[in-house]
Amino acid sequence: MSKVAEQIPTEEMEHPVAPYLRMDRIPHIWCPTCGIGTVVRCYADALEHSKIDLDKVAIVSGIGCTGRVAGYMRLDAFHTTHGRAIPFATGLKLGRPELLVTVFSGDGDLVGIGGNHFIHAARRNLDILVILVNNFIYGMTGGQNAPTTPTTARTSTMPFGNFERPFNLPHLAESCGATYVARWTSLHIRRLTKSFREAISRKGFRFVEVIAPCATLYARLNKLGTGFNLMRFYHDNAVIDHGADTRDLDISFQDRIICGKFVDKERPTYSEMMHEHYRNALGDKFVPLPEEGGMIRDTGEKPDSKGKKPAKSQKRKASASKSSRK
Amino acid sequence: MKYWRKPLDFDELTIPHGIVHIIVDRCKGCGFCVEYCPKGVLEMSEEFNAKGYHPPKVVKEGECVNCNLCEMICPEFAIFSADASDNGSGTHSK
Ligand code: SF4
Ligand code: SF4
Repeated sequence: MSKVAEQIPTEEMEHPVAPYLRMDRIPHIWCPTCGIGTVVRCYADALEHSKIDLDKVAIVSGIGCTGRVAGYMRLDAFHTTHGRAIPFATGLKLGRPELLVTVFSGDGDLVGIGGNHFIHAARRNLDILVILVNNFIYGMTGGQNAPTTPTTARTSTMPFGNFERPFNLPHLAESCGATYVARWTSLHIRRLTKSFREAISRKGFRFVEVIAPCATLYARLNKLGTGFNLMRFYHDNAVIDHGADTRDLDISFQDRIICGKFVDKERPTYSEMMHEHYRNALGDKFVPLPEEGGMIRDTGEKPDSKGKKPAKSQKRKASASKSSRK
Repeated sequence: MKYWRKPLDFDELTIPHGIVHIIVDRCKGCGFCVEYCPKGVLEMSEEFNAKGYHPPKVVKEGECVNCNLCEMICPEFAIFSADASDNGSGTHSK
């Protein structure tokens, strides 16, 4: 019985997600039954199907379990200080407007420590995609109470249960001005992938909240079993209600989770408004950054993102063509 | 297979066949793939992998419909399905 499982040779085949990950860092550090890996897989699939040049995608993460995503994805990545993923992404987007800037981080990082940045980026309608993996707790730092922890749930700093009121994140994002707001769980793989694809194709502050299981802290401290039990819980308690009023999307402890796409509208982005304003105010004297990107102080050479890192992009193309993706 | 309704072009449809590839030593035994495979192709094995987890194993050889569900839900990037018609050279349905 206690035999060692044999690796059936997969003829040198690598997993189809390999071109999108730094495979030398895999296996990742996430716990068994943690949902973050699934969200990463869905995001990679959305990138693949959006047919977007991966050299034009940048990913920014803060600190935390989800903050490790920036280190695992084979994209230009920033792993920033705690809570400051959005400020770094703001600078990146303003300096290199041609990039698709994705912020991939956790609830504690984005709306706890970095909550202020979150609301202001949404208010300004900064052109970034924010993927927030919500596991209701601070995972990596030891299970402290997060601004998303449902009332009465136990955490290591609230051993008798949380008495605070948690954030209703889709409502927060919408009321601050986000142009795309959706919520899914890590069980809704197809819908989540579709949502990522949609969000990639939109402009403005796009926000996708993904509820994911944390087995080691949230489930253990609340005696909910493992992430496997939480996936079953999502299966039984997730309600899909597209276009629901975001005011009704509160999550109570072990209660129904309303998922869906709630907001999808257009509004001028921060850069568009800035350009228009300065064009009106300064006339001919205003020199905006070129649409296709580049440096503010040009060195005379043409900015060529392909020539910049030949090793990396060649490697990716080689491995992508090996697995002959359709 | 049981159908809710017989599609009009039933005779022209072919059910895709897939081959499941399991990267045994990357698996952390979460069981998601076993639970959610719509065809019940997989089962947790009794054996251990190098990390001490029970990886899944294929119990219904030939029943995989190459839907990629296990591949998408696996948090460890440890399982994937490939089209069986071209000897599993990694082509995806979709
Ligand atoms: S591809 Fe679909 S049918 Fe095949 S093993 Fe995976 S989940 Fe099951
Ligand atoms: S989903 Fe992945 S990690 Fe979980 S049991 Fe299946 S192969 Fe292993």
